[in-house]
Amino acid sequence: MLVHVTVNGEKHEANVEPRLLLVHLIRDVLRLTGTHIGCDTTHCGACTILLDGRPVKSCTIFAVQAHGREIMTVEGLEQDGKLHPVQEGFSQEHGLQCGYCTPGMLMTSSAFLRKNPDPTEEEIRWAISGNLCRCTGYVNIVKAVQFAAAKLRQGGA
Amino acid sequence: MIPGVFEYYAPTSIREAVDLLARHGEDAKILSGGQSLIPLMKLRLATPQYLVEINRIRGLAYIREGDGVLRIGALTRESDLEESDLIRTRYPILHDTSKVIADPLVRNLATVCGNLAHGDPANDHPATMLALGAELVAVGPKGERRIPVASFFTGPFTTALTPSEILTEILIPIPTPGSGGAYLKLERKVGDFATAAVAAQVSVRDNGMCERAGIGLTNVGPTPIKARKAEDFLHGKPLDAAAIRQAAQLAAGEAQPTSDLRGPAEYKRDLVRVLTTRALEKARERAGGGR
Repeated sequence: MLVHVTVNGEKHEANVEPRLLLVHLIRDVLRLTGTHIGCDTTHCGACTILLDGRPVKSCTIFAVQAHGREIMTVEGLEQDGKLHPVQEGFSQEHGLQCGYCTPGMLMTSSAFLRKNPDPTEEEIRWAISGNLCRCTGYVNIVKAVQFAAAKLRQGGA
Repeated sequence: MIPGVFEYYAPTSIREAVDLLARHGEDAKILSGGQSLIPLMKLRLATPQYLVEINRIRGLAYIREGDGVLRIGALTRESDLEESDLIRTRYPILHDTSKVIADPLVRNLATVCGNLAHGDPANDHPATMLALGAELVAVGPKGERRIPVASFFTGPFTTALTPSEILTEILIPIPTPGSGGAYLKLERKVGDFATAAVAAQVSVRDNGMCERAGIGLTNVGPTPIKARKAEDFLHGKPLDAAAIRQAAQLAAGEAQPTSDLRGPAEYKRDLVRVLTTRALEKARERAGGGR
């Protein structure tokens, strides 16, 4: 089936089997390998992308379902060589160790901060509860999101 | 993990979707949120030959009140329910429920109707809908029919829907003044199914008498369970601590838990007693503050 999608602002078309998962379209067909496959069972959130602006798990949606829709992956966060504030936050606050969960964390937190620019710690923890990190204990991830929130509020996007 | 091969349809009207379902019968499955179906397909526990995706049918995502009922459409997502001011202020039991289903990312796709139509006794909305006394609207080749939620869940992963019917809408009677409800769930971690969970909805008169009580139990039997004995016991009684204690005992007796990784059966039964007590107390408290 022919699928048309916009990924990070760029239009793509691909001829795919209906059973192709969106994450495989992104990684194997479009060769955007920033989006990771973690558990492959809808638990870990490593494969999180934005579908029409909402964070979803790309291992649990078929590519054909994304036909005509807008996708944003971690590769789309950086603009004109400048890191997105959430990326800067994860770097500054050491919000990662192995980095496997990071693309998903970045996508979830960037969408979350657009909806809730001044969140409490509890709201941040709630928002990232679908993204598992097995290294950090989340403390620095929360700090990274707080860093990004402050930066975005100052208009530092 | 790659699901088995299937043919895919993306109809743009309910009529077209029903025609496809009627043509392919039990070989077809409806795909809406897909957050239960796709994992099952990846594990090859489900191998439908045809998928009928209904997400391109317009006008099925809504939450609105009118004619004495709250209407929730087939494509309303769990996150829509969670973020709705109407739901948070007037139907806190539904807000309680949607926010403990899976995790925020799953809720962005998962639908409320799908949570019912999947027929999983571990799903959360069935208990809430049993407590609220909802009616479900199904559309099939012969037109539309209404199914009381109390007769909807017929077995594990089995509902009253025929293979060619689509669950298009949930109808919930608008609670009378003096009503309140709550959903309480114990889960081992975010995203897990309930070890046990209880939904309670009560209507209390000015004199403190319980006019109506609805109680639903999650994941303690082959289907979601309506705790009828506990409901009947509360009817016409003052909703005091003694009555709540007694009703909670009855609800625990109506649970049919089995032992598994989440705990032994007797532990779950006692959990039902504790959660029923707390859900009724919270429902009563909320009933006192209007809806």
